[in-house]
Amino acid sequence: MSLKISKPSSGRQIFSSKIAAITVWTITILWTIPTFGLLVTSFRTGDAIYANGWWSAFTKPAFTLQNYREVFFGGASESLSDGILPYFVNSIVITLPATIFPIVIATMAAYGLAWVKFKGSDFIFFAIFALQIVPLQMSLVPLLQLFTGGAHIGSVTIFPALGIAGDFAGIWLPHTMFAMPLAIYLLHNFVASLPRELMEAAHVDGANHFLIFRKIVIPLSVPGIAAIAIFQFLWVWNDLLVALTFAGGTEEVAPINAKLASLVGQYGSSWTTLTAGAFITISIPLVVFFSLQRYFVRGLTAGSVK
Amino acid sequence: MNDFFTSSISKFNGVLTTIAIFFVVLGTIFFIAGKFQGKIARYLAIVIFVGPAVLLVLTGIVISGIQTILFSFMGPDSLSFIGLNNYRWMLSDPSIAIMMRNTLLWLLFAPIFTTVLGLTMAILLNQMRRESIPKSILFMPMAISFVGASIIWKFIYDFRSNGTQIGLLNAIWTHLGGDPVNWILNKPLNTFLLMVILVWTQTGFAMVILSAAIKAVPSDIVEASKIDGAYGLKLFRNITFPMVKTTFGVVLALQLVGALKLFDIIETMTGGNFGTNVLANEMYSRTFVQYDQGKGSALGVVLFICVIPILIFNIRSIIKSRSN
Repeated sequence: MSLKISKPSSGRQIFSSKIAAITVWTITILWTIPTFGLLVTSFRTGDAIYANGWWSAFTKPAFTLQNYREVFFGGASESLSDGILPYFVNSIVITLPATIFPIVIATMAAYGLAWVKFKGSDFIFFAIFALQIVPLQMSLVPLLQLFTGGAHIGSVTIFPALGIAGDFAGIWLPHTMFAMPLAIYLLHNFVASLPRELMEAAHVDGANHFLIFRKIVIPLSVPGIAAIAIFQFLWVWNDLLVALTFAGGTEEVAPINAKLASLVGQYGSSWTTLTAGAFITISIPLVVFFSLQRYFVRGLTAGSVK
Repeated sequence: MNDFFTSSISKFNGVLTTIAIFFVVLGTIFFIAGKFQGKIARYLAIVIFVGPAVLLVLTGIVISGIQTILFSFMGPDSLSFIGLNNYRWMLSDPSIAIMMRNTLLWLLFAPIFTTVLGLTMAILLNQMRRESIPKSILFMPMAISFVGASIIWKFIYDFRSNGTQIGLLNAIWTHLGGDPVNWILNKPLNTFLLMVILVWTQTGFAMVILSAAIKAVPSDIVEASKIDGAYGLKLFRNITFPMVKTTFGVVLALQLVGALKLFDIIETMTGGNFGTNVLANEMYSRTFVQYDQGKGSALGVVLFICVIPILIFNIRSIIKSRSN
């Protein structure tokens, strides 16, 4: 991060670094305008939004908190009569276990594959790595069937109907499954690079695998675990496909992102509702992203740069 | 409001209890398994550490995937075999041809544009003194859901037949003297306008990873070639690019898979209408809106076949990096 490759010395270099800076800042500002426009619009009165563009808000200011009040507490439109808060709660309830479970299970698998070497451990690692890019779409129908009807061979039930379709557990489980390949692959990179001497010393001292995992592997892999946890959190919070398939659209379980998507398709959803709703939805990931960005970047780059 | 509080509290209770049970069970298993010694301890460790993940991957991805392949040869309710009919339908239905074309357009343009722009930004940032602020701003859309991003851009593409334009694009367009355009209905331009959303969210991701790769290029090599008079494009072509080529490939492959699976943007922006539909969205609507699991599964299988080349590329590159 603090590595300075070279200080501009010649006139030519200073010139080219100036051009670079101007280009970068131009694109950066361009990149910010869409989100900024949404933010400004979400604080404008309904009349103002439809009277002129958000960029006019600075010359004829007409700001209000009404949009947020309506979206939060209801009254914005018929389909949002109870407000968006229940869906917000659902998102938290979905995201916590759907982040914690896969990370714990993947860390365990990463340790097992890296340090309890056994016949087939390399094969399992390669297979899981390869499965990373199998499209989610390949699993949706059979999984949904499994959750509602169980699995049978003839009349013999080999897997009972879980009855968790449309329940929170029915969303946690697919998220946990789909997270496995990438999480194991990235965590394996971290866990496998722990010093061998440390592991051997612990074994000599009589520690078993479970103790080593808790006392050495977990504490030393915290940066990696944090990075992947952030990634998984963003993925689950922002997901639409799994939510639509396994949660349906009800106020009982549907997450905020799925609700937002359904609002877009409805007539009578005004820009007042949509902009405030969108900003509420993206606010949590943005806070997480900006406060933990350092971990996130480190984790991503450790996984993909060799 | 009271209903909301009681139901929320019970939901939070449920989730905290579930997490607590998860850790208690795990702790108990660890405690008991830790009592064993010798060979049994080793087997137990393998089963306990690797077993759950393997089980999840097997049921969630492998067995489900095989089932989907089977379903693709079956009727709408997955009860009777109908041979290749679902695939024949795919080849004969003209609307599928349009989706195939659109999916191909997405694959051809969005990933390469994202990755090249990301690389350009990474190179430019590398020459700057203070890179952290632009870097994190460019990276930010990555944290926004495709649904949120779609709303942001829907507002930019907003159209009114007359009067003041409130969409940024039409405001600029009419300011320049054009007539207002209903961008989202404008075929085939609309597909490219939807691609802009994907590029907007993903460029920062490509940039961050490529930027790390550029920083990993040993500085003495760069210095030496600068002394030899290699600057700008020449330096990039002969030194920087060959060194980040592998990372470039990895990012491009990730973007290709992402573009292929893309569903949210199409669903939110157009619902697949106005000639913008793609395979991944059709797969969802065939299966869960029209309840034809056969056709939906066949579309899923096509998506899977499309990623096989990338799958082979990935496996070859990991085996290569292992043997080094």
